[in-house]
Amino acid sequence: MAVSSTQVSVHVKINGQEITKECEVRTLLAYFLREQLGLTGVHVGCDTTSCGACTVLLDGKTAIKSCTVFAPQVDGHELLTVEGLGEADHLHPIQQAFWDCHALQCGYCTPGMELAVLALLQRNPNPTDEEIRFGLSGNLCRCTGYKNIVKAVHQAAEIMNHPSTSQSVTL
Amino acid sequence: MFPAPFEYVSAHSLDEALEVLESRAGEAKVLAGGQSLIPMMRFRLAQPQVLVDINPIKLLEDLHEQDDALHIGALARHATLEFSPLIQQRYPLIADVSRVVADPTVRNLGTLVGSLCHADPAGDFGSAALAAGAEVIITSSRQHRSLPVDAFFLDTFSTALEEDEIVTEVRWPKPKPRSAGAYLKIERKVGDFAIVGTAVQMALDEGGRIAEAGIGLCAVGPISLRAKQAERLLVGQSPSAELFQEVARQAARESDPTSDTRGSKEYKQDMVRVLTLRALQRAYQRIQAA
Ligand SMILES: Cc1cc2nc3c(=O)[nH]c(=O)nc-3n(C[C@H](O)[C@H](O)[C@H](O)COP(=O)(O)OP(=O)(O)OC[C@H]3O[C@@H](n4cnc5c(N)ncnc54)[C@H](O)[C@@H]3O)c2cc1C
Ligand code: FES
Ligand code: FES
Repeated sequence: MAVSSTQVSVHVKINGQEITKECEVRTLLAYFLREQLGLTGVHVGCDTTSCGACTVLLDGKTAIKSCTVFAPQVDGHELLTVEGLGEADHLHPIQQAFWDCHALQCGYCTPGMELAVLALLQRNPNPTDEEIRFGLSGNLCRCTGYKNIVKAVHQAAEIMNHPSTSQSVTL
Repeated sequence: MFPAPFEYVSAHSLDEALEVLESRAGEAKVLAGGQSLIPMMRFRLAQPQVLVDINPIKLLEDLHEQDDALHIGALARHATLEFSPLIQQRYPLIADVSRVVADPTVRNLGTLVGSLCHADPAGDFGSAALAAGAEVIITSSRQHRSLPVDAFFLDTFSTALEEDEIVTEVRWPKPKPRSAGAYLKIERKVGDFAIVGTAVQMALDEGGRIAEAGIGLCAVGPISLRAKQAERLLVGQSPSAELFQEVARQAARESDPTSDTRGSKEYKQDMVRVLTLRALQRAYQRIQAA
């Protein structure tokens, strides 16, 4: 018979690092990541599955809203958060494109948005404006009006498709 | 907003899941995509004592055609349907719904079966499953059974499922010759539940008359509704603009919406007419184009 419990040990590979941590089973993944692992790049915007600020990447390809998944559900899986996307002195092409294109203002939506962009570009390396807007419709931004985000996705796609030829401008 | 404490079981086989549901009947709930259940638990509208996570049961991710049906496993995600070439080519009704249910990120986890089990009258797949004549496959340690989706929906958030039962799959009839479907939805903003949604499935006979018709209505009653009389008006007739208009007016009469923040009763009824007309036209165009 399957074992049930209220307290579990969660083993998960986050940003390339294996981690094992005890938590209450009702711990929501966003809080597990923020409060127990200090990954505060995972933002909680609405806390009701609507805004996408808490988006992380599951098993390298699936964007999920971490406020609506229990931590024990990711046991044995891999996660990517914005902390694992790039580094301050070596930004991921998506982060660089967001910088170059002014695709953020307050930055609250940005971590979730960038991970959703990564999932989108993995599925569709050359999206049209419409496909970008449709593909990112689970992520809300209150500041930018989305125009520059769409621009940034095109730039990121360009760089990711031709990594050697395109050089982005670093300010 | 954390849910009330509960016990968590990660089920690695169907037998394991059924065992827990049997021994803890009334206390346990199945966790599929969690995109309805977890929000409900966070608002404490649902407080199961045991959560049976079926996600590790890979068998339930099944999506394939066999005999006379498309088998949609309990873990077939909305996004899997949305991006499936088989669905895009052969099941336009499912393809339409899978692009407008919730938002792309919610669709990565949410499932069609979970949608039907949740039995929200505003769930898009409920009306589509009615229009298509889908069948729900149910199992428990005691018995296996199946129900037409009409008999599965009992009331708002309420189905014919017993406390120890799991839905393993939904069987969606394979497309007949000269058939197609369409789903149309109006929503206030992307990712929102429908103000009104209408699903149509239609098959023509060799002479071009309508042999079979299904019309399902979303968010305009206490449960997903079948517009029975409107369907009857279609069968045996030749498609025409006048016929479709008459059927759309009848579907509006059969809807039973309430006024709320999404719109007045009158507005919603009129939108049932508009969407039914357009869904009929679209389904018919698709048959002609094939
Ligand atoms: C922001 C947001 C917007 C949404 N918008 C829409 C929308 O526009 N249209 C729409 O239709 N839906 C919408 N949804 C709901 C979404 O489609 C859900 O994914 C779906 O309704 C439930 O599927 P699930 O797999 O997530 O089920 P879960 O949340 O896991 O389960 C839902 C219920 O069904 C039961 N259940 C699930 N699977 C089984 C099974 N195999 N056997 C027995 N019982 C089972 C559970 O116990 C629970 O009671 C939205 C959700 C969110 C968060
Ligand atoms: S915080 Fe998770 S969707 Fe808004
Ligand atoms: S940059 Fe402020 S919400 Fe998007």
